[in-house]
Amino acid sequence: MSYEIHAAGILDFGSIYAFIDSLLPEGLDWLAFTVGGFVLSFIVINALVMSTAVYTWFERRTLGRFQNRLGPNRWGPFGVLQPIADLVKLITKEDTTPDDADRWVMTLAPVVLLVPTLLVVAVVPFGQDSFLGRLNIGILFVLGVTSVNTIAIFMAGWGSANKYAMLGAMRGVAMLVSYEVPMALGVVGVVLLSGSLALFDIVEAQPIPFLLVQPLGFLIFVAAASAEMSRTPFDQIEAESELGSGYNTEYSGIKFALLFLAEFMAPLINSMIIVVLFLGGTRGFSPVPGQIWFILKTFAVVFALLWVRATWPRLRVDQIMGFAWKGLFALSLVNIFAIAIEVVIFQDETGAITAGQMWIMAAINWAITIAAVVVTARTLGQRKLERRRASPSPLANMYAEAD
Amino acid sequence: MLDDYFRQYALIAIFAAVAVAIPVGMLIASWVLSVLRIRPYAPDSVKKAIYECGFETLSGRWSQFNFRFYSFALIFVVFDVEVVFLFPWAAGFGLLSAQFGAFVLIEMAVFVAILVVGWLYAWRKGSLEWS
Repeated sequence: MSYEIHAAGILDFGSIYAFIDSLLPEGLDWLAFTVGGFVLSFIVINALVMSTAVYTWFERRTLGRFQNRLGPNRWGPFGVLQPIADLVKLITKEDTTPDDADRWVMTLAPVVLLVPTLLVVAVVPFGQDSFLGRLNIGILFVLGVTSVNTIAIFMAGWGSANKYAMLGAMRGVAMLVSYEVPMALGVVGVVLLSGSLALFDIVEAQPIPFLLVQPLGFLIFVAAASAEMSRTPFDQIEAESELGSGYNTEYSGIKFALLFLAEFMAPLINSMIIVVLFLGGTRGFSPVPGQIWFILKTFAVVFALLWVRATWPRLRVDQIMGFAWKGLFALSLVNIFAIAIEVVIFQDETGAITAGQMWIMAAINWAITIAAVVVTARTLGQRKLERRRASPSPLANMYAEAD
Repeated sequence: MLDDYFRQYALIAIFAAVAVAIPVGMLIASWVLSVLRIRPYAPDSVKKAIYECGFETLSGRWSQFNFRFYSFALIFVVFDVEVVFLFPWAAGFGLLSAQFGAFVLIEMAVFVAILVVGWLYAWRKGSLEWS
């Protein structure tokens, strides 16, 4: 019973290349590679889309339980077939485009939103031998590719020529770029400890999960990631009570389905990234293969994010921007330099850090995390650091005079 | 076969091709359904107008936007460039600091300190305030 990476898995991706290679004549190695790549990509994307369909059911059903109602329960046992009914409805629904809309931009926006979301999976190590691209810049690829969704949301807002959509897109862009900085800074702590940008090296560098070693980095990354996928505590893009429906106001039919496929896929993908960076990826205890551990951990993170969504109300736009720039930015700098100083203190001549030293780092970092979070909450709670105060609204005076 | 460096990028390209093909295929499938008259298509002038809470459309996308969007974009550019410099430093930090000691740490601390001064200035000037 040791916490380690398992070589054995359920589906070894390399065996698929070997199988295709055995069907082809000698010397067509490259063809086997290409065909194998297409087959694997197709399998992975379809598995992801199917699990997103199941996830939509799971999310609606669980949110229903959280809010003391039933959720979808008509179509199939416990409403499991609800996603199929949704898809049939959306694909057969009339697809309207406003006359003033920029037709090409509006049509391409769902594709531009969905493709980067899918592309992230290409570098995620599902198991020791099951990964698509073993990139040595994996985490930079993830951060770079996910930032494309900013453009997609602006395309959707601009293309639909609607002022609610445009306002939602503008606010969305402001929020997404603001949270991109703490998201990347939260990853820097992980990179400092593992000394590599490759996701499989980061998994190997976690004898104990980085969640325990650097809880502050975990908090920053989870907060920024849930802002990047515009989940409820940080939802400025849709903001149903203010903006109609935000950037997707004018969408219907299959384009709307694609936008929401990307939006519901984002929690799954972000959970995978969180599992790889902070929960030890495919590491687990012996008899169960690593891929099962990966799925279990991903499910746990998905459920935790859902719980957060169900529990907290939506923040105001100024609170959200203030939290990114005043709170998370300062916290992430504290995290980076705390980890860097500890690495300098604890490492030996070759730069290696043992698991025992990581436990000491974990104890120090938990103390730092609690202190830093308390200080940040106090600082953001009072407004001493700002010189200019917001003037009271005319309504406040009106009520004061009425008294 | 899997350990070849450039094949990893070729795999990403293949994956991207499939990832583009699937949503585009869904758009085309929807268009085919409309041609086969399984999906209705009956536009009229009201249906093709822009949504406006039940009224006739008052104004389109060319409305005025607050200047603060621009100032946040500027702040974002500054600190995103900082992130670009932090990543190579972080990736090499373990090996470099084993060789050169705390010097590697102090160098980056000076760089970040300069940016933190700018960040505090922006905070005090109220640039980090949304309202």
